Amino acid sequence: MSLFDLFPSLAKGAALTVEVTVLSALVAFAASFLAGFGRLSRRKSVRALTAVYVEVFRGTSLLVQLFWLYYALPLLGVELPPLAAGVIALGLNHGAYGSEVVRSAVLAVPRGQTEAAIALNMTPWQRMRRVILPQAFVMMIPSFGNLLIELLKGTSLISLITLADLTFQGMVLRTFDASRTFEIFALVLVVYFALAYPLTLGMRGLERRLTAGRV
Amino acid sequence: MNNTRQTADPIVRYRSISKTFGDLTILHEIDLDIAPAEKVAVIGPSGSGKTTLARLLMTLEEPTSGTIEVNGELLWHKRVNGRLVRADERHLHKMRGNIGMVFQHFNLFPHMNILRNVTEAPIHVLGLPREEAVERAVTMLEKVGLGDKLEAYPSHLSGGQKQRVAIARALVMRPSVMLFDEVTSALDPELVGEVLAVIKEIAREGEMAMMLITHEMDFARDVADRVIFTDGGTIVEEGSPEQIFHDPQSPRLQAFLSRFRAGSGKEVMR
Repeated sequence: MSLFDLFPSLAKGAALTVEVTVLSALVAFAASFLAGFGRLSRRKSVRALTAVYVEVFRGTSLLVQLFWLYYALPLLGVELPPLAAGVIALGLNHGAYGSEVVRSAVLAVPRGQTEAAIALNMTPWQRMRRVILPQAFVMMIPSFGNLLIELLKGTSLISLITLADLTFQGMVLRTFDASRTFEIFALVLVVYFALAYPLTLGMRGLERRLTAGRV
Repeated sequence: MNNTRQTADPIVRYRSISKTFGDLTILHEIDLDIAPAEKVAVIGPSGSGKTTLARLLMTLEEPTSGTIEVNGELLWHKRVNGRLVRADERHLHKMRGNIGMVFQHFNLFPHMNILRNVTEAPIHVLGLPREEAVERAVTMLEKVGLGDKLEAYPSHLSGGQKQRVAIARALVMRPSVMLFDEVTSALDPELVGEVLAVIKEIAREGEMAMMLITHEMDFARDVADRVIFTDGGTIVEEGSPEQIFHDPQSPRLQAFLSRFRAGSGKEVMR
């Protein structure tokens, strides 16, 4: 027996893991910016609303959020397919953390930059778009990289709402032959790492490209 | 020599301007007119409110009370049914087009090269075609002696070069009033001269009114039509450079100037 007979089903699982990671990352990215700017809004109601979102999703268990969307929402008449429930829970959960990254990066751009932009008579939108965000975005990348890897690993929870991701496939293989538990889970770890490490390298490359020439 | 200027309508008019932060009074009931093309130097101890004077005009800070007019139009307020109300962003945007500012810490945009630092606002604020903005920027950068640095990023420049870029960046917007807020205070002493030389040249040409907040007394004397001495949030004394530096009237100005001469500058003023 070799390891190779494990590959087909693990590869299928890895493909779903990647799919869920990509979709959730898009949701998380959008939520990060919406909520990040929401918390910086001049309007108190907007700030309060986004604070509630952030604190609820940061302050409760991701697994329970997942269960809630998948098992509890149907009781209110909203039935989500498992993939949608997984993507929404993972995306909103990591978006809550991401919003703090966006908020603190925007605040970390020195006040003098805004003042220079005002002195050049830029509109509030131009100040944000042309002066603040390009600088803040570079600061966000390392933290976004961490969150993205967290997200990738967090996708293993969707195996608990019937989705056949990498972890799920590992569990299935194990039920066929428990004597191979060691190599199955070792292989699952290796595949997670093989998915995560390129993300680290990619984020580093992106950071280098965006700061090219500046330092 | 100031006669024509003082009879012309002022380009800037501060009227009983006060600024407080909590219990702290930064400016108290300031009245000040600046004529078109007039060069006004503002001197005074740190914390005397001189920087705030410029920041109020650049709309970086809002006055607690009083009004400022630019070109005869209210800067911070609008008149609605005879009452003054705070102006909205649109009004501020319209008014700011008259004013430019150079900062103590340069505040160049670190993610843009020098050329883009200087063309960004002409293109996106003034709406100039790119070629025209570039032409204007290059001419201005050559004038401040940085025509060979177009592609460089701010982090590659010395403090003096950065400040000259910042001056070019403000000038290409062609404001009618330019504010220089202690523009040499953050520079190494050997770099101060190059920046002051550039400002002197601009002042000589200038149609532009200038407010020069400075600790460089020789510079103030050379460039200014009028010198204002602020202390404790009020204008204590004002006059021609000769009057202020050679015949100071108030004890506070006399003390300030003698402290300055004794310490020959910055270290005393910090």
